[in-house]
Amino acid sequence: MTAVTQPSLKGRWRFGEILIQTGLFLCAIVSVLTTLGIIWVLLSESFIFFREISPLAFFTGLKWAPLFEPRHFGVLPLISGTLLITLGAAIIALPLGTFAAVFLSEYSDRKTRQILKPILEILAGIPTVVYGYFALTFVTPLLQKLYPEIEVFNAASAAIVVGIMILPTVASLSDDAMRAVPGSLRYAGYALGSTKYDVSFRVVLPSALSGIVASFVLALSRAIGETMAVTLAAGATPKLTLNFFESIQTMTAYIVQVSLGDTPAGTIEYQTIFAVGLTLFVITLLMNFLAQKLLARFRERYD
Amino acid sequence: MPGENHPILETKDLNIAYGTLEAVRHINLSIPEKSITAIIGPSGCGKSTLLRAFNRMNEFIASVRTTGMVRFREQNIYETSVDVVSLRRAIGMVFQKPNPFPKTIFKNVAWGPRINGYPGSLQQRVEEALKKAALWDEVSDKLDQDGLSLSGGQQQRLCIARTIAMEPEVILMDEPCSALDPISTRRIEDLLFELKQRYTIVIVTHNMQQAARVSDHTAFMYQGELIEYGPTELIFTRPKVKQTEDYVTGKFG
Repeated sequence: MTAVTQPSLKGRWRFGEILIQTGLFLCAIVSVLTTLGIIWVLLSESFIFFREISPLAFFTGLKWAPLFEPRHFGVLPLISGTLLITLGAAIIALPLGTFAAVFLSEYSDRKTRQILKPILEILAGIPTVVYGYFALTFVTPLLQKLYPEIEVFNAASAAIVVGIMILPTVASLSDDAMRAVPGSLRYAGYALGSTKYDVSFRVVLPSALSGIVASFVLALSRAIGETMAVTLAAGATPKLTLNFFESIQTMTAYIVQVSLGDTPAGTIEYQTIFAVGLTLFVITLLMNFLAQKLLARFRERYD
Repeated sequence: MPGENHPILETKDLNIAYGTLEAVRHINLSIPEKSITAIIGPSGCGKSTLLRAFNRMNEFIASVRTTGMVRFREQNIYETSVDVVSLRRAIGMVFQKPNPFPKTIFKNVAWGPRINGYPGSLQQRVEEALKKAALWDEVSDKLDQDGLSLSGGQQQRLCIARTIAMEPEVILMDEPCSALDPISTRRIEDLLFELKQRYTIVIVTHNMQQAARVSDHTAFMYQGELIEYGPTELIFTRPKVKQTEDYVTGKFG
């Protein structure tokens, strides 16, 4: 006679499950801790800097010369350099990217789209250092042919390649936003005797606007943080200027210059990179936050 | 040929196929002016496909193939010389699910006149259209609000107003009440009686009571074919074909 054992319904410790859960949690916590660590370093090192240089002088000073006497710690020339590059990149990438997205989403047929979109996204995979020497060895000589007075290192060629670099972000995300607009709105437009142009630009584009603007903000946030191309092509001359033909310096390029140079660690000159880094971090953080808000609003409307 | 009015829309041996699926077969139908024609039939019988053939909205479906003829005022609308944009301005459409643009109430209604380059007062045109759609009293003080802020029934009347503002000759309606509550449905049905004084209305519905209440003529479709077409009264009281009788008495469908 065989004994029939009742299956136990009591809670059991499944060791494997706990192991996996703990392991996965540790993986997740690594990135969180790293981020917190970086923020901590930025804040504490910047604190050391701001004990000696007042934040007022830092954020309102018009001259940036921390490495030479007489020293000046006004970050505005670096911010203006960054914004100049961002502005130039925006002039190129925002309209082109939006029109590319309109084409992909509204005008191209399925086959064309299936070929074009991956190619566009490959642009995003090109190493930024390649864009940098593309700017130096191709764009700058081209600009010099058109405008001989342009400097070897100039904001224009850096802005152009950064624009090309962020173009796929704008095009791809705006395309996604426009394709998320319900087909019923397009049909409403067409049934009212609208042309394809009317439907694309007056129905779909405005309906996807918050998603498109979010793509702008994300792309520009990338342009602000972009380092390699601007370090190579835009020069190392902190300057409060709106002239694209001059050499400038961005926040990122400055950080590279000091990190790679022979500035002794621990000196006030060295501490500047943390203050500049913190400024950069806050700017891109705010922009990413804004983009998230815009995207959430867009999704709310159509989900 | 039913109806005392002139036919405004006519199909001759109309066939529509999606790939290998023949959704609509050999339809010969003539729709009289300034009246309401209902197309009824069970789900998948091809009634919406037939409706969309009248303003060439089937063209947005990739694999669709249309043969035969659809005539609007004696003109075959499938000829290559026909400008589909102008065609759709003359033959408007209201959809199953209300689909106002995410714009203000005013801009929704002004859309048609605006893209047509209407020279007169948009304000006046919008007001007229909203009045004809029996929505004016509810929205006259909030024309700058988002059309999506209205209730479902109001949104559908907004879509009707938007279509009316184009001054079309024909209004196609694809189950316009199926997403609405009974009170909103009733309001739209009342509205249809007003509208047929000026427009020709073709309405697809799977609600037989609705067809019986509102339409002058009824076409019954089954499996892609037009089974019977005639004055609504006759279709519902003395149908000639057995299938029609079974459907209108609720034996299947």
